[in-house]
Amino acid sequence: MDKSINSKKFHLNKTTRSNLITYGMVIAAYIIVQILVNGGHVTSLMKGLLVPLCIYSIMAVSLNLTVGILGELSLGHAGFMCVGAFSSSLFSLLMLETIPNAGIRFFLAILVGAASAAVAGIIVGIPVLRLRGDYLAIVTLAFGEIIKNVVNVIYLGKDSRGLHISLKNATELNLEEGGQIIINGAMGITGTPKNATFTIGVILILITLFIVLNLINSRSGRAIMSVRDNRIAAESIGINITKYKLMAFAISASLAGVAGVLYSHNLSSLTATQKNFGYNQSIMILVFVVLGGIGNIRGSIISAVILTLLPELLRGFNTYRMLIYAIVLIVMMIFNWAPALIDFRKRHSLKRYFSKNTEEKEAS
Amino acid sequence: MMSFISYFINGLSLGSVYAIIALGYTMVYGIAKMLNFAHGDVIMIGGYVVFTVVSTMGLPPLAAILVAVIVCTVLGITIEKVAYRPLRMASPLAVLITAIGVSYLLQNIALLVFGSNPKSFTSVVSVPALKLAGGKLTISGETIVTIVTCIIIMIGLTTFIKKTKAGQAMLAVSEDKGAAQLMGINVDGTIALTFAIGSALAAIAGALLCSAYPTLTPYTGSMPGIKAFVAAVFGGIGSIPGAFLGGLLLGVIENLSKAYISSQLSDAIVFAVLIVVLLVKPTGILGKKINEKV
Repeated sequence: MDKSINSKKFHLNKTTRSNLITYGMVIAAYIIVQILVNGGHVTSLMKGLLVPLCIYSIMAVSLNLTVGILGELSLGHAGFMCVGAFSSSLFSLLMLETIPNAGIRFFLAILVGAASAAVAGIIVGIPVLRLRGDYLAIVTLAFGEIIKNVVNVIYLGKDSRGLHISLKNATELNLEEGGQIIINGAMGITGTPKNATFTIGVILILITLFIVLNLINSRSGRAIMSVRDNRIAAESIGINITKYKLMAFAISASLAGVAGVLYSHNLSSLTATQKNFGYNQSIMILVFVVLGGIGNIRGSIISAVILTLLPELLRGFNTYRMLIYAIVLIVMMIFNWAPALIDFRKRHSLKRYFSKNTEEKEAS
Repeated sequence: MMSFISYFINGLSLGSVYAIIALGYTMVYGIAKMLNFAHGDVIMIGGYVVFTVVSTMGLPPLAAILVAVIVCTVLGITIEKVAYRPLRMASPLAVLITAIGVSYLLQNIALLVFGSNPKSFTSVVSVPALKLAGGKLTISGETIVTIVTCIIIMIGLTTFIKKTKAGQAMLAVSEDKGAAQLMGINVDGTIALTFAIGSALAAIAGALLCSAYPTLTPYTGSMPGIKAFVAAVFGGIGSIPGAFLGGLLLGVIENLSKAYISSQLSDAIVFAVLIVVLLVKPTGILGKKINEKV
C-alpha cells in the first residue's frame, strides 16, 4: 500500500522504482559490509570472498542478459570470462612500467578486458546465433572449451626485440637474455598486480546493472525481447534479428570479460583450468541465473551472493557441504518449478492470508 | 601406416564407449526432451560398483558388470522418478538445472563413500590382445571387446525399438506425448523404461571406460559424459544411428588429433569439428529437420 502512494507522489513508474531498489540494494549491502569489515566482524575467509562475490554477481547479470533477455541458453560464458582475464592480465603486465599509476592502468585493463571479450563474443556469436535451442547451448559450450584449451597452449614472451608468440613451448620463443615469459602455456600468467578491491568490484556491479537495466528498457532492449518472445513475428515487423541478437550477446560477453578482469587482478597467478574457466563454471553461473529467476536481474545478484556464500556457511558440515548444496539445489528447483507445487503454493500462499490485493503483489 | 591404423582402431574403441554413452543421452533427449547432465555421473557410479564388487567380493568381472547394470538401472529410474518427473511440464531450463543438481549429488556421494583418491581399476576384460601383420599391429583385448560390445548394443537396441511393443511406444512418445497417451500408451512408464535402458548402458560404458583408462575418481564420468553428449549432438540428437556414428567419429577424430596434431589441443579440435558440422547441418549429421510454424 505504501509503495503505491509513494509512486503517485514521486511519479516514478514501476520499472524505475524497481531499478532503483536494485541499485539501492547493492549500495546498502556495500555499506553494511564496509561497516562490518571496519568493525572487525568479518573473518579473513569471508574477506577473501568479497571480490569473488562481485565477480559472480557480474557474471550472473551478464549471463542473465543472454539467457533471460535474449532467450538463448549459453553454456560457455566462462570462456568470455577467460578471454577478459587473460587479455587484461597481459595488458597489465606489459604496461607495468609504461603506466606506473595503478588506478589508470587498472581502468584501462578493464576496458581492454571488456573489449577483447566483446570481440570474442562477436566472433563466437556470428556462427552460434544461427542455431537454436539445445544446439546453440552445446555450441557455446564447445566454444568455451576451445577458448580454455587454446589459452592453455599459448606461450608469449617479451624481450628487447618485441613480443614473441608460440603455440608449442617456451623455448620456441627464442627469447634474448633477460627476456621475460609472460604467458607460460598451461602455467598461465603470474605476477598480475592485485588491483581488484571490493569497492571497485561493487562499482563495476553498479555499472553492469546500469548498462543492463538501461538496455532492457531501451528501444533496442524491447527489440531483443521481441526476438526472444517470437522470432518470426519480430522479423515480420522489420526487426533485424541478427543485429539485435549479436548486440545482446556481445554486451553480455564484454560484461563477462569485466568479471574476468576482476578475477585475474584478484589472484597472483592465473591459469585456465577446468575449474575456473571450464563448462563447470559456466553451468555454475547458469544455476545462479535460473535460481534467481530467468530475466530477473535483481534475482541474479541475490542468488549469486547466496549461492557463493552457501558452501562457506556450510563449512561447519565439512565434507557434507557440497552434498547439502546439491540437495538444496534439487529441492529448490522442484519447489520453484514443479507445476504441482506451484498450484499448491498458490492455494496456500501467505500473501493470500495477509493481504487482499494479491493481484498487485503478484504482478510486481 | 601401421601406427595410423593402430591410432585409428584405438579411436574406434574410444568412440565405441562414447557411442554407448551417447545412446543413453540421445534416447533420453528424444523422449523426455531434456539434457540429462547427470548421465556422465551414472557412468562413474557404474565404474565404482564394478570396482567394489570385484575388489571386495571377488566376483568375476561379468557378474560385477551385471551388478553394476542393476544398480545403475535402479539409480536411473529413481533419479527420473524423484527429480525429473515432478518437473515434466516445467521449463526445460529448470529440468536442466535439476539434472546438474543430480550430477553434483552423485559426485559428492561418490566422494563421501569412496574418497577423492583415484582408484586403480583392474580391467574387466580377459580377452588376449590380437597381434596382426607379424606383430607390428597390436590390438588390445579391451579395444576388441569395446567395439564388439558397442556393435551388439547398437543392433540390440535398434531391433528392440523396431520390433517390440515397448520400443514402438518409445518412438510414439518421442513423436508426440499427448497423442501417445490418447492411444493408451503409458507415458510415465515408457519414460522410466528409457531412463532404465540409458542407465544400464551407462553402467556397461563405465566398466569399459575404466578398463581402457584405469583410474577412477568421482569426476571420471564428467568429461566423457560431456563428450558423449557432443557426440549425440554431432550425429543428430534424438537419433540412435546418429549417436552411434557421432560417437565413433568423435573418438577417431580425438585420437588422431592427439597423435598427429597436439595432445593438448585434441579437445579443442573435437569441439571445432562439432561447430563446423552444426553450422553446415544445424541438426547434426543424421538429425531431422524441424520446420517452424508461427
